[in-house]
Amino acid sequence: MERRDKTKGKIAGIIANLVIVEVDGPVAQNEICFIQHDETALMAEVIKIMGRNAYVQVFESTRGLKVGMPVVFEGHMLEVTLGPGILSRNYDGLQNDLDKMDGVFLKRGDYTDPLNREKLWDFKPDANIGDTVQAGDWLGEVSENGMPHKIMVPFKFQGSYSVKSVVSAGSYKVDDLVAVLTDAKGNDVSVTMVQKWPVKVAIRAFAQKPRPFKLLETGIRCIDTLNPITEGGTGFIPGPFGTGKTVLQHAISKQAEADIVIIAACGERANEVVEIFTEFPELDDPRTGKKLIERTTIIANTSNMPVAAREASVYTAMTLAEYYRSMGLRVLLMADSTSRWAQALREMSNRLEELPGPDAFPMDLSAIVSNFYSRAGYVKLNNGLSGSITFIGTVSPAGGNLKEPVTESTRKAARCFYGLSQARADSKRYPAIDAIDSYSKYLEYPEVQEYLVKQVGDKWLEQVIEAKDMLLRGKEAQEQINILGDDGVPIDFHERYWKSELIDFVILQQDAFDSIDCSTPLDRQQYMLNKVLSVANSSFRFNGFEQVSDFFKRVINQLKQMNYSQFQSDTFVKYEGDLDEMLKAQLN
Amino acid sequence: MESQAFQKVYKKLTNITKATVSLKASDVGYDEMAIVHGRLGQVVKILGDEVILQIFSGTEGIPTNAEVAFLGRPPQLKVSEQLAGRFFNAYGDPIDGGPSVDGETRDIGSPSVNPVRRMQPSHLIATGIAGIDLNNTLVTGQKIPFFADPDQPYNQVMANVALRAQADKIILGGMGLSNDDYLYFKNVFDNAGALDRIVSFVNTTDDPPVERLLVPDMALTAAEYFAVDKNEKVLVLLTDMTLFADALSIVSNRMDQIPSKDSMPGSLYSDLARIYEKAVQFPSGGSITIIAVTTLSGGDITHAIPDNTGYITEGQLFLRRDTDIGKVIVDPFRSLSRLKQLVIGKQTRNDHPQVMNAAIRLYADAANAKTKLENGFDLTDYDERTLDFAKAYSEQILAIDLNIDTQKMLDVSWNLFRTHFHQAEVGLKKEFMDLYWEEK
Repeated sequence: MERRDKTKGKIAGIIANLVIVEVDGPVAQNEICFIQHDETALMAEVIKIMGRNAYVQVFESTRGLKVGMPVVFEGHMLEVTLGPGILSRNYDGLQNDLDKMDGVFLKRGDYTDPLNREKLWDFKPDANIGDTVQAGDWLGEVSENGMPHKIMVPFKFQGSYSVKSVVSAGSYKVDDLVAVLTDAKGNDVSVTMVQKWPVKVAIRAFAQKPRPFKLLETGIRCIDTLNPITEGGTGFIPGPFGTGKTVLQHAISKQAEADIVIIAACGERANEVVEIFTEFPELDDPRTGKKLIERTTIIANTSNMPVAAREASVYTAMTLAEYYRSMGLRVLLMADSTSRWAQALREMSNRLEELPGPDAFPMDLSAIVSNFYSRAGYVKLNNGLSGSITFIGTVSPAGGNLKEPVTESTRKAARCFYGLSQARADSKRYPAIDAIDSYSKYLEYPEVQEYLVKQVGDKWLEQVIEAKDMLLRGKEAQEQINILGDDGVPIDFHERYWKSELIDFVILQQDAFDSIDCSTPLDRQQYMLNKVLSVANSSFRFNGFEQVSDFFKRVINQLKQMNYSQFQSDTFVKYEGDLDEMLKAQLN
Repeated sequence: MESQAFQKVYKKLTNITKATVSLKASDVGYDEMAIVHGRLGQVVKILGDEVILQIFSGTEGIPTNAEVAFLGRPPQLKVSEQLAGRFFNAYGDPIDGGPSVDGETRDIGSPSVNPVRRMQPSHLIATGIAGIDLNNTLVTGQKIPFFADPDQPYNQVMANVALRAQADKIILGGMGLSNDDYLYFKNVFDNAGALDRIVSFVNTTDDPPVERLLVPDMALTAAEYFAVDKNEKVLVLLTDMTLFADALSIVSNRMDQIPSKDSMPGSLYSDLARIYEKAVQFPSGGSITIIAVTTLSGGDITHAIPDNTGYITEGQLFLRRDTDIGKVIVDPFRSLSRLKQLVIGKQTRNDHPQVMNAAIRLYADAANAKTKLENGFDLTDYDERTLDFAKAYSEQILAIDLNIDTQKMLDVSWNLFRTHFHQAEVGLKKEFMDLYWEEK
């Protein structure tokens, strides 16, 4: 929706960050308005209209607002600004550049430009005069931190256009004219490097959205090996507090094989965002040789920042991801945590006095969540190339109860489930992903299976299933041992239990703070799984159950030392040699 | 109480509930303070010309013709060095018989720190308690609560931590503090000769519960003054946040809001986050560290208050009575300090992370052995050894009556490993085994 005339209004009521505005003309649902308060203008979004009253949620504190203060409606929805210069920026939920703000404290009504308007970019034209183009087609490119950043036909352009002119290669500012297009009626429209797009509307400038099939390597063994996620896949990580959601998310964002990483810190701890700010500029990106921050954008709406902007922050992040996907890039989008977003919806629904659904969340929570997750995915662009958004959200279930509305709604929308278990976290078995309860629906996709066979090996799938079975059998054996006692069960129950412990300690557990163990490439994962399974499938001789645990502890210790060593280095080979000796001595 | 010469006085209340009054008034700002029948109130809702005020001390005895004067400002505190050593009530008025404070007037509940202007917390806070320093190391700029049942000595532990923490200022925000506990804090600080480093804002059980809502903001406004203006290391103690949350639920209930889990308002997470997120390390060297208390009912951490708190704070410290040694310990399983990774093995000896984890894993094995024992099964030799280890570990590391440095804590841990286990059972990185396994 766009309207040229600005409707005006006056404040008629205030309830926390919900303000009722009496308007004198047309207003639209989700339209943006500014409340004039002394010298500052406070941004707000229309969320309900009753007669002449527009109910707006203010993205700022409403302290000091009075009845009668003037309000101006902007004629458009909440929009982000898209153009080169988004990478390595730190934005708030409304895409204000946080680094451009003065002072230590955030000031109300301080809105800053997300782009640098003065910077010169080396533009290379991509389109030819006379080409027929449509929204999302590439007209040229600039290099953004070494990444090809396509300048596209603005997404708002409807129908097809012909290229009338494109500027020649050279240095331009983002607002400089780079192309002139002619529409079907013969009108000329000019294009710069900047465009705007409303965050709550999905960008659909692509040809089709096929099922994802490529594995997205994360370097985390219990994801890649047991429950892999795909490029363009969706996953979620629910877990009670203290089970390592954030550490896991950070690990994924550091290591995953993505071109662009967008992190939405949505209603979470500020110090966690600071950790990203501090670490990412220092971390080397193994794939480009540059720093990780150069391909990362952070949307920070921490828990103490205004609640209404929290809801906007996830949409802002998704829209930026869609923008980069349209350039044929692989985008990884992480949102921590979607529960805080749901709570923001709940607070507002409550102030609007809507009839509540379960746990006082709005009735349409499930629809909102699945609608959002569906914006991720693998797409074929109009030019035949592909791009993807892999989306992983965390969920913070109230009371650690996975039956609560946000977890339930997300379960319906996401294809991978990485449940973090309190029991595993309590015994410091990190990452605390419960390998038995977690799942990846992608493992059932024939196209994913085919890809894995081709990339990793034809035995891989069987091995993964074998490892999962062993974990399950080990758990059952452990329950039996707990009920009947150590000597009340046959020795092979102990063996079964310890084989699952072997997989747990060597494959599932991974030290996120160790420089080598933190990330395991797929070939190493395959090597270690092979090794572990060959141990588990050997037949050993034991005189009594105490020998079983003693032996496996030594084996696990040896394999852990291997995990801590550089792959195939001298030390690694030495530990492996010692291990083989140890195994041989115990063989039947 | 203050008043202004030109202010308009209203004399007709339209509605009165247990916690709020409404009247017709104009030119009133949201969040503005007012004096109603001599009591302080704050604007919580404006609909056209109808203004709804929350009365902090309750509405008992307020008549419909009560005088209402709006103050044209949100709640404020006067800040200066004069705050040091003083005791105030929830409104920032002295309760120690001393003179009122001169200084700059500041609105409480100020805006958030721009996240890009924060520094990563990096200074270790040593408390001498191994259950904290070894297993759950605290860092300046952190926010962490004690999760404790009401009968546990959390206030005593907190006072100890505060005094050993080498903070420039300690700010106590007491909410629903019993008079005895209030005097306890006063005595402990006084005896330690630390009174001039302490500022206290206290709402005792004698005071109206809704007044508590002002206490954290008052305490944190004072904290921001010392941390930002004076670049000091400030430690804020908030006890008990459960009573603060209860006050929130009283108000939201009176305002006819739909309750969410456990009768708490749907905004509980944001309300608590607004307070806890004031913990910050400033680039200029000043910092605000928050140590709070959240009392639990029957150890239930799934209740909305501890649950939301856990998602906001950077860990939690659990106190538990260990019946084997008859002392209160810091529970190693349920306690956590999220920021410890920033300092352990860096500002402490490099074996710290691995020693900590190994000890806790072995302690967990002991817990399993104990279950076996309780279920009437025979114990293996290993089980027996873990039980012996657990007892010694509880006594020499987890007990809260300890006061030793981290180096000593690590040495004690290695000593326990060596006494009770073989190298493979402890399973540490070989380089540490080579360095520390043999007794020096």
